[in-house]
Amino acid sequence: MTTPRYKRFLLAVLAWAIALIIFFPILWMALTGFKTEAAAIADPSFVFSPTLESYVAVHARADYLKFALNSVVVAFGSTLLALLIAIPSAYSMAFLPTPRTKGTLLWMLSTKMLPPVGVLMPIYLLFRDTGLLDTLTGLIIVYTLMNLPIVVWMLYTFFKDLPRDILEAGRMDGASTLQEVRHLLLPLTLPGIASTGLLAVILSWNESFWSLNLTSSDAAPLTAYIASFSSPEGLFWAKLSAASTMAIAPILVFGWLTQKQMVRGLTFGAVK
Amino acid sequence: MPGSCPGSPLPTFAVNLMNKTRAYGRTVGGLRSLSLQAPAVTLLLLWMLVPLGMTLWFSFQRYNLLMPGMTGFAGLENYEYLLTDPALWSAMGVTLLLVGWVLFITVVGGTLLAVLFQQDFLGRGVARVLAISPFFVMPTVSALVWKNMMMHPANGVLAWLANLFGLPAVDWFSSLPLTSIVIIVAWQWLPFALLILLTAIQSLDDDQVEAARMDGAGPIAVFFFITLPHLKRAISVVIMIEMIFLLTIFAEIFVTTSGGPGLATTNLAYLIYIQALLDFDVGTASAGGVIAIILANIVAIFLVRLVAKNLES
Repeated sequence: MTTPRYKRFLLAVLAWAIALIIFFPILWMALTGFKTEAAAIADPSFVFSPTLESYVAVHARADYLKFALNSVVVAFGSTLLALLIAIPSAYSMAFLPTPRTKGTLLWMLSTKMLPPVGVLMPIYLLFRDTGLLDTLTGLIIVYTLMNLPIVVWMLYTFFKDLPRDILEAGRMDGASTLQEVRHLLLPLTLPGIASTGLLAVILSWNESFWSLNLTSSDAAPLTAYIASFSSPEGLFWAKLSAASTMAIAPILVFGWLTQKQMVRGLTFGAVK
Repeated sequence: MPGSCPGSPLPTFAVNLMNKTRAYGRTVGGLRSLSLQAPAVTLLLLWMLVPLGMTLWFSFQRYNLLMPGMTGFAGLENYEYLLTDPALWSAMGVTLLLVGWVLFITVVGGTLLAVLFQQDFLGRGVARVLAISPFFVMPTVSALVWKNMMMHPANGVLAWLANLFGLPAVDWFSSLPLTSIVIIVAWQWLPFALLILLTAIQSLDDDQVEAARMDGAGPIAVFFFITLPHLKRAISVVIMIEMIFLLTIFAEIFVTTSGGPGLATTNLAYLIYIQALLDFDVGTASAGGVIAIILANIVAIFLVRLVAKNLES
């Protein structure tokens, strides 16, 4: 049974129209970044002479690079740290399961359920008293712990998919645990580890509760920098658009690349 | 998000699971896996217990950073103050409306879009990527793009569109503040629902649909009797995960309305933020935190149960 051609054509038009409407604000922002400030607040138009002046202006403010660098350091630092802590844990859960394994996994998941605002006060005071407020170290610690359960879960599901015979064969050939992990497990599950890492980077990059509340200037990442455009004197739409476009472009690409595996991580394996 | 609640359901089914898997356990493997898991478990345990314990402790204390002289045990004073404050109930209402509307829009919209984007059409892959993109945009950017370039009463795209049709421009954030927030948040989370449901719908058995069609079922019957039941679990996962995140929406309110006008867009998270970092009232803010934790855990119980069930199969 085939659908008539005109119906399929209408369906395609409808789907594309919806996709474009959903994407429109992002497209509009990207376009506005190439306008002059005057053109940015003029009547909406797709026709304009593109200029890089907003990009130049944003870069001329030396602090943009500082905020971008903060985002990179915090997102990648916390992701690396989370992977380092999670890999041994996921390895033992997948290959040396004990009666406690499932309980531990579920408990880890439950630590993600607590609203951050519920512990805002203690974390803020602890950070103030230990001098971690407005430091990159502080944010890296928070993001590492925030993402640790998801990272363990995702790695666990990827490790479990690996046929056990392969590791057994390695062990037969006299490989030690460390060799087994380095020469068999890590290379074979590299795509899974990579997509786990990318998801952790995306989540840290976009995190906007702790970054707004625990940083002020020195360690502020891009989320907090963009928020500073909300003040009345910051109503420069073209510059806001240029800065925002640069802030989201890399993450958008990461998201597109990992959308399939991301479902696994975001739903804790409940939807595959 | 750190921490878990003492009232969480874990102990009971953790014990159940232990009993079920006991047969496979070995002491040697147990010791080895214990040492491998130690770093992750210890860190998460600290991350959960320390702040949670402190929040609970503070919530029973007289503790305001601006009034250093005022200290001591407060009993239930903070809770009493909060529960009799109309602002709390207004914030609960805002939280409920925000969560309810966004859930409705994203789940219904996400399901319909998943069916649409499952059809075979030209450039489907690209269209899908465009439609899920907003989920990867940082909340502060989404909120400001909507506030300035879409919803601005004079220069926004929506005002321009309204003008085109001869309608008066809407001053979104002053006349429809909560609706504006709902639109922004729904725009971010509709792609999430779509992404999850699209993945789930791909495992739908084509033969089953084909058989139903042969028996004379129209597309609507197929949707209600085959597609929807197939998506049931994915939909409940979407609802629960969204609920946990939507309960404490913060950045979108922070950069657009700052909770106003009045308390019109102050949800529970924003109210606690005002008490914590603007009024420096540690005691009351912590009592509010405890309330938020309890609310989130009511949802979390069901989500953890569902995931546990899935883990067994």
